[in-house]
Amino acid sequence: MSVLIELKNIKKHFSGIKALDGVHLTVKSGEIVALIGENGAGKSTIVKILTGIYQPDNGEIFVKGRKIIIDSARKAWNLGITAIHQETVLFDELNIMENIFMGRVFKNRLGFLDKKKMFSITNELLKEVHLDDVEPKTPLKTLSLAQRHLITIARSLSHNADVVILDEPTAALSLGETRGLYKIIRKLKDNGKGILFISHKFEELFELCDRYYVFRDGKYISDGNMDEVTEKELIKMLVGREIGQIFPKENVEIGAKVLEVKNYSNNIEFKNINFNLRKGEILGFYGLVGAGRSELFKSLMGLSEGLKSSGEIFLNEKKIKFPDAKAAIDNGIAYLPEDRQHCGTILEMSIKNNITLPSLNRVAKRGLISKEKELAITREYGNKLQIKADNWQMPVEELSGGNQQKVVIAKWLAVKPGIMILDEPTKGIDVASKAAVHKFISSLVLQGLSVILISSELPEVMGLSDRIIVMYKGEIKAEISREDFNAEKIMTAAADVGSDLHD
Amino acid sequence: MLQKFKNREFYLLTIIAGIIVATGYITPSFLTVGGISSLFEDSSILIILSLAQMIVMLTGGIDLSLASNIAFTGMLVGKVCHSHPDSPILFLIFLALSVGLLLGMFNGFLIGYLKLPPLVVTLGTMNAYRGLTFIISNGGQWIKSQDLTESFLNFPHISFLGISMIIWIAIIVGILMYIFLNKMRLGREIYSIGNNTLASEYVGLKISRNIFYAYCLSGLIAGLCGYLWVARFAVAYTELAQGFELQTVAAVAIGGISNLGGIGTVPGAILGALLLSLIANALPSMGISPFWQLALSGAAIIIAIIINSRSNKLPVKRILKNWITRRE
Repeated sequence: MSVLIELKNIKKHFSGIKALDGVHLTVKSGEIVALIGENGAGKSTIVKILTGIYQPDNGEIFVKGRKIIIDSARKAWNLGITAIHQETVLFDELNIMENIFMGRVFKNRLGFLDKKKMFSITNELLKEVHLDDVEPKTPLKTLSLAQRHLITIARSLSHNADVVILDEPTAALSLGETRGLYKIIRKLKDNGKGILFISHKFEELFELCDRYYVFRDGKYISDGNMDEVTEKELIKMLVGREIGQIFPKENVEIGAKVLEVKNYSNNIEFKNINFNLRKGEILGFYGLVGAGRSELFKSLMGLSEGLKSSGEIFLNEKKIKFPDAKAAIDNGIAYLPEDRQHCGTILEMSIKNNITLPSLNRVAKRGLISKEKELAITREYGNKLQIKADNWQMPVEELSGGNQQKVVIAKWLAVKPGIMILDEPTKGIDVASKAAVHKFISSLVLQGLSVILISSELPEVMGLSDRIIVMYKGEIKAEISREDFNAEKIMTAAADVGSDLHD
Repeated sequence: MLQKFKNREFYLLTIIAGIIVATGYITPSFLTVGGISSLFEDSSILIILSLAQMIVMLTGGIDLSLASNIAFTGMLVGKVCHSHPDSPILFLIFLALSVGLLLGMFNGFLIGYLKLPPLVVTLGTMNAYRGLTFIISNGGQWIKSQDLTESFLNFPHISFLGISMIIWIAIIVGILMYIFLNKMRLGREIYSIGNNTLASEYVGLKISRNIFYAYCLSGLIAGLCGYLWVARFAVAYTELAQGFELQTVAAVAIGGISNLGGIGTVPGAILGALLLSLIANALPSMGISPFWQLALSGAAIIIAIIINSRSNKLPVKRILKNWITRRE
């Protein structure tokens, strides 16, 4: 088997965070290689480096033995490297043929498109990926997600790609569709392609893959043959690290129930959600990508317009429903969204205007805003969170990621909420700000607030939470209290591996 | 945010002053008190209406029905004045405001609550309101100056402290709008929504309601302009102010109001409208042919938009601390 790609000592930083720290990886022809790691382990960074979207700060890339710099997506494509993402990047309004030949059409002698030739090639490709019930002229928007994946594969076949990267291709597929995809992947392997397969589902890794690589926190942990390792061992490599010291969990007396959610479903993103939150408690929500945690809380906050949900919400033992975010905020619930840039702040506006935006009713009298009151609130919370800025009139877009996040937190604290829902509060911020945010979360419960902490970082939820609820594909799979915290147990529930591992 | 725009307003002011001085050099009568005040009288309606356009643009929308709103309300108050010559002038102005508001409310309902695209909605109401004007005018009959009362026609020209009423109205609308957008809660919320609708929803702002209010306000102001227009030009007819909505779009574009929403200042809109009227006023007095006038105001719009698109580009992530002063 010849080596198709080899990565040596790859390093990549993003504003102070080491996304990749000296990893290596090889893919040979005719094998399927699993890349395993938690969220934030550096898997997608590797994919982006291989497809020319990011440049590594350090390290070497060899393609078929030649040292190469992949400086654009086109170059990666020309080198025979293609990636298939969870959400495929295709053109909805075009047909299959047009999608496959996008960007490199065949022309006839007169310079017009040679549709006949492209049509027949598309037909052959569709047969090759076992898509029998569609035509080259079928509009893409009528296809299912699984069919779209196959179109992407057909597209890479048409270009004789040697390396195919599959980034959680089965995350949204049904069992039958998944089987179909496996068949094609095996066929690619038999044809001598090298396949890099990223997935959180252990069953499919064991069924499909020949070798594995485990990454953790951007570092290479181990590699080996798939048939020489067990699920349990893999999970251990995945999570094995020191947990506890860096996260200051204050001892707070847990009080009465403040929030209770019963049989909450919208049957599309999540179903049968039951949980409660007590005063002074930090309740962690853990899950992998697509577990439906953010969707659940957006729905509770009245932020998913058009999606009907059923079930009951009790706030301080009183039944309640929030038609929109304002109702939830007025009842003392603040939701800090995951996507800071798009949902969390208004980047063009000043720090002051951002912080007071949800509290305008407190600084405005008969519609007229009092600048003094605004500045007082901004100063109080800005200083509390130690926002580093030249002045409060500075636009938020000029702050660093960590300070932007502090503005978002300050804004929600100024509402004086009773319950604070934090969705990935430390995503993409530097280590120092992260520690500050952790300390701050602990201080919240000291002041009598209750916190829901949605996080994809296991050490973070384990370090801070009193209880952890684990979700998988829109359902609650486990609820674990602090005495029983165990990384493997949580990971097992999050990946829905099955209970036989622990019993 | 203010800092960023001071530059642009300074530029606009310099250009305006430059054109005034240059025109005055060629035709000295332009620089007399009478010349200047007639320039401001001529630009008042465009200034007021551009502020209406600005409000909806701040939400990320556009209002193409403004000129038809003017025609309809103008025709209506003209007819009322004709049939009831004893109606007090303040009543007629109040009527114009209410009718304008009503037309704006209709736009606001469709765009805010039914979430229809502003361009298409106001394109539709632009034609609908114009059609209504034709209907109430009994099939296109004109209201001429002899049909209107003295007080109706004279109100815009009443002089107070040497400045005529129409200019005072423009000044007052400008001040009120400045207070509204910079000191009032609703104004702040309109900026937020235009800047980032999603984030505004997350902090619990009532998006639909605020967009509705923005169109109500623009309709209200257009209603006022409807009266001013008919009184100033002493005539009302179906094609009145046709195409004027595009001049307001051009004026706010020159003034640095982003058509994507959330960006723009009151002084910017006023100066943009002033510059546009100035070009239209100065060129004829310099003896430039009307065809060149059109081409030159077109060029002014395009230059302004080039400047806009360059300054609205997302800034490069700032790494050095003192790199705050932004060049336009």
